[in-house]
Amino acid sequence: MDKILVSPNPHLHSKTTTAVLMRDVVIALLPAVLVSVFFYGWKELLVLAVSVLSCVLIEYLITRYCLKKASTIGDWSAIVTGILLALNLPTTTPWWVVFLGALVAIGVAKMTFGGLGQNVFNPALVGRVFLLISFPTYMTHWEIPQGFFGVDAVSGATPLGAIKEGLLQGATVPDLMAQHGYSYSQMLFANIGGSAGEVCAIAILLGFGYLLIRKVIKPWITLSILGTVALVSCIFWMADPAQFTDPLFNLLTGGLLLGSCFMATDYVTSPMSTKGGIVYGIGIGFITLMIRYFGSYPEGMSFAILIMNSTVPLLNNWFHQKKYGRA
Amino acid sequence: MARRTFSIGGVHPNDAKISRDCKIETLPTPPTVYIAVAQHIGAPAKPVVAVGDKVKAGQVIAEPGGFMSAYIHSSVSGTVKSIGPRKDLSGNNQMVVEIAVEGDEWMEGIDRTDTLITEIPQDPKAIIEKIKLGGVVGLGGATFPTHVKLSPPPGKKCEMLIINGCECEPYLTSDFRTLLEKGEQVVIGTAIIKKALGVDKATIAIEDNKPEAIEHITKVVAEMKAKSPDYAGIEVLSLMKKYPEGGEKQLIDAVMHRQVKSGGLPIDVGAVVDNVCTALAVYEAVQKNKPLVDNSVTVTGECFPHQANLLVRVGTPLSYIIDYLGGVPADAAKVISGGPMMGKAIANLDAATLKGTGGILFLTEKQTRRMPESSCIRCGKCADACPMGLEPFLLNRLYKAGNTEALEANAVQDCIMCGCCLYSCPAGIPLLDAISQARGQVMGIMKARAAAAKAAAEAAKAQ
Repeated sequence: MDKILVSPNPHLHSKTTTAVLMRDVVIALLPAVLVSVFFYGWKELLVLAVSVLSCVLIEYLITRYCLKKASTIGDWSAIVTGILLALNLPTTTPWWVVFLGALVAIGVAKMTFGGLGQNVFNPALVGRVFLLISFPTYMTHWEIPQGFFGVDAVSGATPLGAIKEGLLQGATVPDLMAQHGYSYSQMLFANIGGSAGEVCAIAILLGFGYLLIRKVIKPWITLSILGTVALVSCIFWMADPAQFTDPLFNLLTGGLLLGSCFMATDYVTSPMSTKGGIVYGIGIGFITLMIRYFGSYPEGMSFAILIMNSTVPLLNNWFHQKKYGRA
Repeated sequence: MARRTFSIGGVHPNDAKISRDCKIETLPTPPTVYIAVAQHIGAPAKPVVAVGDKVKAGQVIAEPGGFMSAYIHSSVSGTVKSIGPRKDLSGNNQMVVEIAVEGDEWMEGIDRTDTLITEIPQDPKAIIEKIKLGGVVGLGGATFPTHVKLSPPPGKKCEMLIINGCECEPYLTSDFRTLLEKGEQVVIGTAIIKKALGVDKATIAIEDNKPEAIEHITKVVAEMKAKSPDYAGIEVLSLMKKYPEGGEKQLIDAVMHRQVKSGGLPIDVGAVVDNVCTALAVYEAVQKNKPLVDNSVTVTGECFPHQANLLVRVGTPLSYIIDYLGGVPADAAKVISGGPMMGKAIANLDAATLKGTGGILFLTEKQTRRMPESSCIRCGKCADACPMGLEPFLLNRLYKAGNTEALEANAVQDCIMCGCCLYSCPAGIPLLDAISQARGQVMGIMKARAAAAKAAAEAAKAQ
């Protein structure tokens, strides 16, 4: 012992670092990734690869050459953004569109705000919404899952899209459900059209369970979104089952599960307190459903999360956790 | 049944009680002891011996310097060599009495035998006086003079005495060994404190990572209850292992489901909390006339080959203890007085032990190295960990902005310095460093404001 270290307490540190947390999110996303690759095949693999590599590369180049700082790609957060962006895109998205999405996600939504921890909006969602508005043709061209070796892709609308379109033409919900042959077991075990990450509810819930067990996230935001969607859609559906889809359909379709388990729970862009998180979740659930029922887009999850992202500083100001010995 | 614990925050570091099987062994008396006159909260004691005086072990060498102060006794017999400043473990000068040891002669009337005296005195005033004369201070860390704690201000009534056997700090095992080896004395001490306070109920709280201690104390309490009505109302409570359970406020919450108001005292909610080693010291002071001149110290660490629990005379140089056990290990980078969560890093190994010294811990650089700081990812883990329900991420930001008003509004002064926030931050942000600075500033402002208000009130009265 040639030197003696002196520093204030505590002298120990938990082994959980930012990189460990982000790596856990990547592990939690693996079931959804594997299922989507299994159903959509090499095309999905390509979208994933382009998205993840672009995100990492763009973050590296910006930190090293624009900000002239040490690279932050070691924290795994760019990989998380890359996977989430890919899971939010149709499998048929051309590689250069995926790259543009990554550029907006990392370059604009994350790094211009100062990098991880500073961004107001969820980067992957900003990337996705940018593409949705800029390249609507690519972004609404869905493919029905055909399996890994399925060569002839069949295009079709997502359940949410098909119902919305049908309703506009004057059909009723039960007719449309029967016409398209949608079943809940299909939605649970992956067989419906949609962006890659939306196809299998079970895979997403598996990842969510892993995040809960590893204590990466707490369940309140997710439960609050799902509860709000179930409750509000129940009210509308009971009022008019011909015009409004039922709660289970709303819970299992679109980006609701992926969004509520993995995107709305993003540390940086969600409230710090449990109470704030519940209010934030109610907002997301409500806005999503309003867009689905009354908006011109068939799905509103991305918009709902981004809108509620903007309220987070306010929610953090309003809601604090209970302090010891204070009312 | 759900395991009982405190309701807000807390963390679960590996408890690393690797010295749990080391029996308390008596350390040989060092050639020289250095006894500080300020080893308790409050005014330093005033020396009453002069250089050249012969003293015996257990003899008063310094008297209380005020209401909130304590007697200091010589822990050895010998000659007073000097009275003056000496560097403490942080390297700051403190007034100490240096005594060169000659033999081991004790003051008359001190009973050093192992004979148990279970019959306890019935007069609260006499008990508190004996505790005061014995120089007993809280040994759980704060070293609050015990006789002051046992004299609640008028109008305040104690409803529950809590004896703190949590020892929630990782590595430390001296409380655990005391419970196992001197359980009877601890229980008698508990009954004495209970009598002094005139309270019916006492709870000995022990974390459930020490099942042997829970079992042993439960047995001892049952035996004592069978012998005398003085032991009625003493219960043993098993608590879930969670840091910082041994924190006074957390323990009151866990045991009584009550919370002390900010700036308040435990007695405000009817609680008095004393450590198990304090109960032992009370037993020795009241039953055996033996003042607080030695205490048990855990010497431990994975890199330290000679784990031990030692009974050490107050004022023994740390280097003497360490050399007795084979010296500082080569790969130790940090030496800590106390536990790894709230202990103090020792800058000066020649410093002497105090009444409140509970452990010497060696950590390697790998174990104790702080990780590089990265951006806050707003995960909220610091807020989840804070046992006071504070928001360390926010306090850190407010401190950097110099916003003392907002810091006070967000209760930075309630921080108990437990270190849970820094321990749990995945980005390695030195939260507690900032918060302790902020807390100091805000407490200074609050004190100045209170003083100004008092002065204004007095001026108004005088007019």
